[in-house]
Amino acid sequence: MKLAIVVQRYGRGISGGAELHARYLAEHLARHAEIEVLTTCAVDYVTWRNELAPGVEFVNGVAVRRFPVAHERDPETFGRWSDVVFERRHAIRDELEWLDAEGPAAPALIDHLRGRASAFDHVLLFSYRYYHAFYGARAASPRAVLVPTAERDAAVGLAIFGPIFRGVRALMYNSPEERAMIQAASGNQDVPGVVVGVGSEVPPNPQPGRFRQKYGIRGPFAVYVGRIDKNKGCEELFEFFRAYMRDPSNRLSLVLIGASLLPVPPHPRICHLGFLDDADKFDAMAAADVLIMPSYYESLSMVALEAWALGRPVLVNGRCDVLKGQAIRSNAGLYYETEAEFVETLRSIEHNRWLASLLGRNGRQFYREHYDWPVIERKYLDMFERLRRERARRAMEPLPGWWARRKETCEPGERVLERLPRGPVLEPRQAEAAAPLEERAGTNTGQATPASQAAPARSPQPRRPFQGRAREGRRAGARQPDGPPR
Amino acid sequence: MTDFTVRSDSIDVEQIMQQIRARIREKRGVDYTEQQLRELAAVKLEKFLDPRGVRSDLLQRFKERQPAYEPPQLPLYGFEDTTIYETHRAALRWIRRVLNPILKLFFNPGPIIEALHAQARINHLNLQREEARERRRLEMEALYFEVIHNMVLEITRLGIEVKNLKMRVESLSSRVEFNERRARALESVVVYKPSAEEGAEGAAAAGPPPAPGEAPAGAQAETAAAGPSPAEGPGQRSRRRRRRRGRRAGPPASVVMGAAAAAPSNGERPEPVDQAGAPGSPPAEPPSSFGTPALQPPGESRPDRPSEPRAEGAAGRPSEPAGGVGPSGES
Repeated sequence: MKLAIVVQRYGRGISGGAELHARYLAEHLARHAEIEVLTTCAVDYVTWRNELAPGVEFVNGVAVRRFPVAHERDPETFGRWSDVVFERRHAIRDELEWLDAEGPAAPALIDHLRGRASAFDHVLLFSYRYYHAFYGARAASPRAVLVPTAERDAAVGLAIFGPIFRGVRALMYNSPEERAMIQAASGNQDVPGVVVGVGSEVPPNPQPGRFRQKYGIRGPFAVYVGRIDKNKGCEELFEFFRAYMRDPSNRLSLVLIGASLLPVPPHPRICHLGFLDDADKFDAMAAADVLIMPSYYESLSMVALEAWALGRPVLVNGRCDVLKGQAIRSNAGLYYETEAEFVETLRSIEHNRWLASLLGRNGRQFYREHYDWPVIERKYLDMFERLRRERARRAMEPLPGWWARRKETCEPGERVLERLPRGPVLEPRQAEAAAPLEERAGTNTGQATPASQAAPARSPQPRRPFQGRAREGRRAGARQPDGPPR
Repeated sequence: MTDFTVRSDSIDVEQIMQQIRARIREKRGVDYTEQQLRELAAVKLEKFLDPRGVRSDLLQRFKERQPAYEPPQLPLYGFEDTTIYETHRAALRWIRRVLNPILKLFFNPGPIIEALHAQARINHLNLQREEARERRRLEMEALYFEVIHNMVLEITRLGIEVKNLKMRVESLSSRVEFNERRARALESVVVYKPSAEEGAEGAAAAGPPPAPGEAPAGAQAETAAAGPSPAEGPGQRSRRRRRRRGRRAGPPASVVMGAAAAAPSNGERPEPVDQAGAPGSPPAEPPSSFGTPALQPPGESRPDRPSEPRAEGAAGRPSEPAGGVGPSGES
């Protein structure tokens, strides 16, 4: 079996969530198939500047073929087109312009894929919202398997992506929430799809004592691992943690690991260690009492999975459907939506050792059952086997013609997004338990209908506060991938 | 301390979150510290007490909504007996005057002129009255606005005050409850252990009374009259006080009195009812009765107290009130 993995960036030092996901997957599937990675020469996800040499190289034994990016991203242009497609009624042409502005525009990669697609059994395309995935899926649609890595943002409501979701051979989702959202947006229930996620390279015997000694950390602490950024919810985290520290009986400190784009508040109980290597990072997570994940947007939190793999409880932002759903399904983490909930949940984990212990134990179990590499590999291989047996159900819908592309018939992306189901996807028992609690958002049961067909079953919900922040980032052209710092 | 009720070894995150949310709801009104309550009471009230803090533009808005008075443009003019003959043409005026007697042959214009004259005056008076009424109304409405403004201010202030008081009551009641629980818990763990001195004292009290004039009794009486011993520490004093309370909380006075009456009259003292002072005996008082004992007026006899060596006779001060100074000289 020969597989192609198409991803926007690839390399040892590249730490984005989807990129790391692709690298881990390539290295693990290399035991079962011949892998070739098709990617760009870019390293920076904001500019897509060509920094690596085009051609073939080997990364951890995997062949990587790089193609140059035709043009860098202009944040002004990208922000302008984002406003057009997300907030106004627009045409298909506008969405294609937005996609081109977003990048990484690598027509050579698409041409190569179109010419060589038949040489591969399957083509795995990462991150639906980028140029390479959109045109790559069209170039190799009979073999295309999409790993969408979709978050709850307005891009999922754009009209150009519906045919992609419906036209690929299969989709490998990261979470049930992602699947429900994409199915509701595109109506692709008949396309084979499975919730897979990704594993991690967690060391078998981390050394928490070594971490404490090396960095002089004493006492119990909560750890945050990731980019320290407003869009990651860190500003809110600092505010909530200050409230937590007001009670002198709460003794946890906060240790931050990752590059900082925000000023870290100067406080003796808030410690920023900066960028750590993997060994130190895992040692820190093993030493921590709890991992906090304050992000609003996640398609899958690898850091949370790593914490669970180490048997540590997780406290997540309940306004992120995926994180909340993972916490409830795994019974391995608590979630918060307000300051009071943050303080009380953190306090509960701190003061109830048995609770932390049980949550950690459940997390370890959850990781082993769903995210251990043998499980992930098996799901991929089963899907490939299924695709080999079954014929493609439908062909990729062609792009509209010259005239149709210019007709302003597309709804704003944000309006489509508002109609998509919210909340975590729960089992019926969990949904019943959560029903009275879901006062702010309806519970997502995973029964999805296309957003274009679905009448709004409930009144439009008010814009959540963090949507404004997302727009700020979008205007700046900073579409920032998730993932732990490496 | 946070704790949860989870029935089994497996946990349900949703259940825990429900409990956490319930606790947050409970704590919102109760778990304020005294300092926080004071801040709430002071800062917010100060803020709202200032009229500019609450809808400072309330009066302004009232005034804006109040249109300025514009008097109606009525056609007012004076109507005299010559008005119907007036003209700017002198010739015509002369002709009308000449022909006026002829006109009066056909009808009498006098009543019409009078009626119209009266109507003109009535219109003028009405206008004046309406202007005066509108002026008064505006003045009164300004006063009403002030009253409403002040009432809004006062109601807001009172509402906040009531809320703060409610929170304070809840906080205090929760603290009282906590203190009660704490007291009970402390009482259940404290085991009374008398000192050697108290043990000896208890034994002396239980034994036969010493003969009058004996040195130990005199010395004890001196100690009692002189007040607390300098070597006596606060712990001893509190222990004695506790013991006295225990005695007071003993059986009813009638029982003790009955026992005293039934005691042999050969000078033997009745046994102390309270055995709390005896080494190893459990406290006779229930843990919840740690309240202040009922006060007795000085000089009143205490039938429920066991007979103890008194200072009378031995100290030469028989008139000293018994209830005013205790065995260790404490009042």
